[in-house]
Amino acid sequence: MNPALKTWAGFGGAAVLLFAVAPAALSDFRLNLLAKFLCLAMVAVGIGFAWGRGGMLVLGQGVFFGLGGYLMAMHMKLADAGPGGVPDFMLLYGNGVLPGWWEPMRSPVVTVLAILVLPAALALVLGYAVFRRRVRGAYFAILSQALAAAFALLLIGQQTVTGGTNGLNGFRSFFGYDLADPLNKQTLYYICAGVLLAMVAGVRLLMNSRYGELLVAVRDQENRVRFLGYDPALIKAGAYALAACFAAVGGALFTPVAGIISPADVGVVPSISLLIGVAIGGRATLLGPVIGSIAVSWAETGLSERFPSIWTYFLGGLFIVVVAFLPNGLASLTFRRRPSPATGKQTQPATSVDLPATSGGHP
Amino acid sequence: MPHSSKSTRRSAVTIALAAALALSACGAKAGESGSAAPAESCVDTSGSAVKIGFLNSLSGTMAISEQTVRDSLDLAAAEINADGGVLGKQLQIVAEDGASEPTVFAEKADKLISSDCVAAVFGGWTSSSRKAMLPVFESKNSLLFYPVQYEGLEASKNIFYTGATTNQQIIPGMDYLKEQGKSKVFLVGSDYVFPRTANKIINAYAKANGIEIVGEEYAPLGHTDFATIVNKLKASGADAVFNTLNGDSNVAFFKEYKNVGLKAETVPVVSVSIAEEEVGGIGVENIEGQLTAWNYYQTVKSAENETFVKAFKAEYGAGRPTSDPMEAAYTSLYLWKAMVEKADSFDVAAVQTAADGVTFDAPEGTVTVNGENHHIAKTAYIGKIDQDGLIYPVWESEGAIEPDPFLKGYDWAAGLS
Repeated sequence: MNPALKTWAGFGGAAVLLFAVAPAALSDFRLNLLAKFLCLAMVAVGIGFAWGRGGMLVLGQGVFFGLGGYLMAMHMKLADAGPGGVPDFMLLYGNGVLPGWWEPMRSPVVTVLAILVLPAALALVLGYAVFRRRVRGAYFAILSQALAAAFALLLIGQQTVTGGTNGLNGFRSFFGYDLADPLNKQTLYYICAGVLLAMVAGVRLLMNSRYGELLVAVRDQENRVRFLGYDPALIKAGAYALAACFAAVGGALFTPVAGIISPADVGVVPSISLLIGVAIGGRATLLGPVIGSIAVSWAETGLSERFPSIWTYFLGGLFIVVVAFLPNGLASLTFRRRPSPATGKQTQPATSVDLPATSGGHP
Repeated sequence: MPHSSKSTRRSAVTIALAAALALSACGAKAGESGSAAPAESCVDTSGSAVKIGFLNSLSGTMAISEQTVRDSLDLAAAEINADGGVLGKQLQIVAEDGASEPTVFAEKADKLISSDCVAAVFGGWTSSSRKAMLPVFESKNSLLFYPVQYEGLEASKNIFYTGATTNQQIIPGMDYLKEQGKSKVFLVGSDYVFPRTANKIINAYAKANGIEIVGEEYAPLGHTDFATIVNKLKASGADAVFNTLNGDSNVAFFKEYKNVGLKAETVPVVSVSIAEEEVGGIGVENIEGQLTAWNYYQTVKSAENETFVKAFKAEYGAGRPTSDPMEAAYTSLYLWKAMVEKADSFDVAAVQTAADGVTFDAPEGTVTVNGENHHIAKTAYIGKIDQDGLIYPVWESEGAIEPDPFLKGYDWAAGLS
């Protein structure tokens, strides 16, 4: 079967599943839960690209997820407070004066632009500065993780303007639509599903583009790419920024879906659990991160409902099994059955660098 | 090569098209925004059993505390079931793990209400877990019974607060220090909403009562290096400390306090988050003689408490102490039972209407529900930690204190909320 055709078929199948089967089969509550998982999967798509293809172990995606989530939360809080209003928690715990940097988020347009641009710009600048100094592998991982820890601490410490450990919640509307209405919750799900599919499509295009090839080349042999006249720092920073943007969009949609964003969703632990799904699914593949992330989220919820006191052991066990026996994730199971490297890429020698993901990220 | 790039482009176009189609499909469904009528309740009371939900953290950092609350909830449910249930129906427990994360609490609360259709939910511990669940209970119009002392400034018609609010714990704690002639108080707390709000109240109280606050320090949750803070405390010349630290930080704080030579006799520490369970973890030798402010201790003398302690130890082992949040959780289930029986219905609105004035002879003493703010009148006890690891009351309020979550009855608190 033509691999392009197969990708196309897979994509169509996923669309049917998300847009027709899931809404018909699931209750309002479960559909909203799935929407939440899809938001986390958006982050996973970005991680898969930056880590699997670019070799950057991004351990701190919670930062960008949180930036997107908090920006959206700020807008929703202000929209609920009405024109000139101040969010309820500021009246309760602060002095009731809106800080200047909250003010722009009153505008829905500015909010959406900020979600799309701010985290990506931050990642681009930060990434370029770091990668230019050839900080790589574990050092970069530690750096990105420290960023997540610092971000969570900052949010907790500034209770009067960020809500502290409580985070921001109690939203009533999303761009004018009442969040208590099940129909609007459903629409929110469709938006999540659509955005996720668009992201996967985008990554698929990038993977096969010249830039995608360069990124994999940088992952596997950074110096050779440099000698060819490219700037590896810029190539990597680009992928990092894209992952940040995806995480921010995921966070921005997560906030209205879950109804809350708090420092517990953005710190080190959630950043790592985002990564676990990607690792389990298979980081270097197109769909591995998405499927892995949704599967892990689903397993977390399902197991914790069935075995509330011991569910964490199952999850730990699953992770150990995957790391020990399937280091390239569940996607490697499909590799084994078929000898040709069919990760949805063309079968031509020039692109066979796409083989399992690599020591590049682990010096 | 040319073939492959062409097929890539073709598939790209199709993917983009599919995505566009997908997005437009959702636009069509957006519809008008609804009028947000409260969701129709799906609670099933037709059978011989009625479902209730227990939602506590059984994993994550709060598990060690919240498991004890779950244990006493289980005990209360077993007792009620053995005694014939509520309105003749056996309680069927749906247990969930809040995983110490506000987001999970919100999700599980939603699940218990919408998917399991429970009549009421019992649980939560941290302020953030309660704040996360509040909008869920309000929008789905269900009931939460929250068993832990907290920072006040809240009164939801969908929540019953069976722990202390600030005027039943923080203010009695300060009253006691004032009575002891303390005039220079140092504040130390974890960096989250409860300590910050408590300290805001203490500052206002101090100002009105001629007490000087000689320092106010916060440490991140889980912080264990207290050398700097304790040195500041020593240098401040404080004659008492009000401690709102939570969890592990207490271990480090009291060790450091002892290291620099401070003594409970001269600079006592009043803690509001250290109960019987925590004393063992901190080490009795580090904390003996220090004070706590709560509304219940295992040592409270009453027939009801004797029965409760005995039943608890019979179920979970003689080594397990009982504490304030555990007692408040135990009491909450009995209060709900009393409300339902008074209303003769499990219906949320009926229970809310019936709630005012409902009493229960709890282990801590008789408690009464305030129908207006959904808190309960409780007696405050200042306790001293003894070398056997238990806490013994050294002072108690004159009768039960009416709950006042917004401190409306205190002139000095006028600017606080």
